[in-house]
Amino acid sequence: MSEIRNLICIGCPMGCPLAVTLEDGGVSKVEGNTCKRGDAYARREVTNPTRILTTTVPVRGGTSPTVAVKTAGEVPKPLLLKCARAVKNLTAEAPVKAGQVVFKNICGTGVDLIAVKDVERGAPEAASKR
Amino acid sequence: MERCDLAIIGGGPAGLAAAVAAREAGVQDILILERDRELGGILNQCIHSGFGLHTFQEELTGPEYAGRYAAKVRALSIPYLLDTMALELSPERVVTAMNRERGLFQMQAGAVILAMGCRERARGSLNIPGYRPAGIYSAGTAQRLVNMEGYLPGKEAVILGSGDIGLIMARRMTLEGAKVHVVAELLPYSGGLKRNIVQCLDDFGIPLKLSHTVIDIQGRERVEGVTLAQVDENRRPIPGTEERYKCDTLLLSCGLIPENELSRGAGVELNPVTSGPVVDESLETSVPGVFACGNVLHVHDLVDFVSQEAEAAGKSAAGFLAGKNTRGRRSIALRAKDGVRYTVPATVDPNRMGEETIVRFRVSDVYRNPTIAVSCNGEILLRKKRMIVSPGEMEEIRLKKAQLLARPDIQEITIALEAAK
Ligand SMILES: Cc1cc2nc3c(=O)[nH]c(=O)nc-3n(C[C@H](O)[C@H](O)[C@H](O)COP(=O)(O)OP(=O)(O)OC[C@H]3O[C@@H](n4cnc5c(N)ncnc54)[C@H](O)[C@@H]3O)c2cc1C
Ligand code: SF4
Repeated sequence: MSEIRNLICIGCPMGCPLAVTLEDGGVSKVEGNTCKRGDAYARREVTNPTRILTTTVPVRGGTSPTVAVKTAGEVPKPLLLKCARAVKNLTAEAPVKAGQVVFKNICGTGVDLIAVKDVERGAPEAASKR
Repeated sequence: MERCDLAIIGGGPAGLAAAVAAREAGVQDILILERDRELGGILNQCIHSGFGLHTFQEELTGPEYAGRYAAKVRALSIPYLLDTMALELSPERVVTAMNRERGLFQMQAGAVILAMGCRERARGSLNIPGYRPAGIYSAGTAQRLVNMEGYLPGKEAVILGSGDIGLIMARRMTLEGAKVHVVAELLPYSGGLKRNIVQCLDDFGIPLKLSHTVIDIQGRERVEGVTLAQVDENRRPIPGTEERYKCDTLLLSCGLIPENELSRGAGVELNPVTSGPVVDESLETSVPGVFACGNVLHVHDLVDFVSQEAEAAGKSAAGFLAGKNTRGRRSIALRAKDGVRYTVPATVDPNRMGEETIVRFRVSDVYRNPTIAVSCNGEILLRKKRMIVSPGEMEEIRLKKAQLLARPDIQEITIALEAAK
């Protein structure tokens, strides 16, 4: 028995429309992809969808009240909201360096949360002065 | 008066990439003017990932993408001034600027690159009578509040407009613990990237209502709810389709518009379709020695293309400064027709162009299986088949120098859609 699942590739902003053929519980064919990332995405998306989480963490004693962070790798899609909620209770201490691990092994996923920007020590600048 | 060879107005991704390219092409004396407190432009508030796949073959967040270019600028010791606002540009390329240390100052530039980016469109689309209670924000303002100030504007939101910033904010507010009830879009299609519809709405079960608009806002002091209605093909609300949503926040994502007050002051000719400068193949505006790139030229969805375009502008400016790239006599007009709304550039000089010139444009509607046809004097120069084109995604074709040089008498090239809707 075969089934066709239509997806939109999110591997890059081209957004290629993909048609994935499932046969006996496995992926037998992927069509519509422009590059091999699309093929890999389609296979993953129908079996184990994952996403990168990006959010912010409050910073104490920094020039900016928050620092942008991301998961160093992808986390399972069903855990996105849970991870986001876990992050909400964190605070980072300035200075923060881009690439620095802010939180290890988020929600048991084995994936670390890392800063994507530097925040120096100092008083926060008046916001929206421009 | 102070002098510099190349003044770059705006230190966002466009300004930074232009500076790096100009330096690599041999321009020593460069100055970037940035009004914000840091380099990187709007990308500093775009904390989601998905930037840079084309440029770096990896998926970066906005601040990381901006950070890479800022690092290149520092590594090349290209000077920049922060907290410095360019106030005026003269047709003779005198830049008037201001900052706290130096007050008002003027600089004679050999060449200028406009890289001021864009701003959000005013609330024109919210054409409803009544109060304007607190709780109504533009999506970009909300993005800045949440991502840079750490302030969540509300707990229950409705978003009007399905452009990328609206979609991104639907996810962002959800991740921060708010409930986003719905994204309403006046048009029958979304102007946002597919990937954002999938990842920002579908992933969280947020409905997208196409052909819908806000017809009423409840609440006097603070938003208490909004009423949506479906619209007909003339974008008029259809009676009987009203739905009320209880919410404390309404975000408006009404699109972006190039920021061209400075350009206008310098006498730069603007294209009414893009609201950006009219440029030639070298990205030079109607004012000689003044170049433009990035969102100030036309609104981009992908920062990778902003960087590409900016590199081209940086190289052109370097050529201009070296006296090797001044405007020639021949200029072929590019005409947008049949579903193509505009082209950037607007003209090409086959002698001055490189081996090929990228022509970027947007279409006026969603078309399935169209062919992009490039022709002159009834002869087809190029045909490009597409699976789908939509106004939300920029298209491009490449013109070849050899092809144009081989046809010395062409004056106009038409770019049109042969649509098989
Ligand atoms: C609110 C908003 C949100 C966006 N969100 C996304 C998104 O989520 N994803 C996405 O792919 N794209 C997004 N974009 C599009 C994004 O702007 C482009 O991808 C890219 O950043 C454009 O680069 P740029 O350098 O042309 O413009 P910008 O990044 O806007 O940079 C322009 C720079 O010029 C400076 N400037 C302007 N005028 C002056 C002056 N007179 N003097 C001195 N400096 C000046 C500004 O301060 C700014 O730093 C967004 C745009 C806006 C406006
Ligand atoms: S298939 Fe390749 S080109 Fe197409 S969207 Fe996916 S990653 Fe991008």
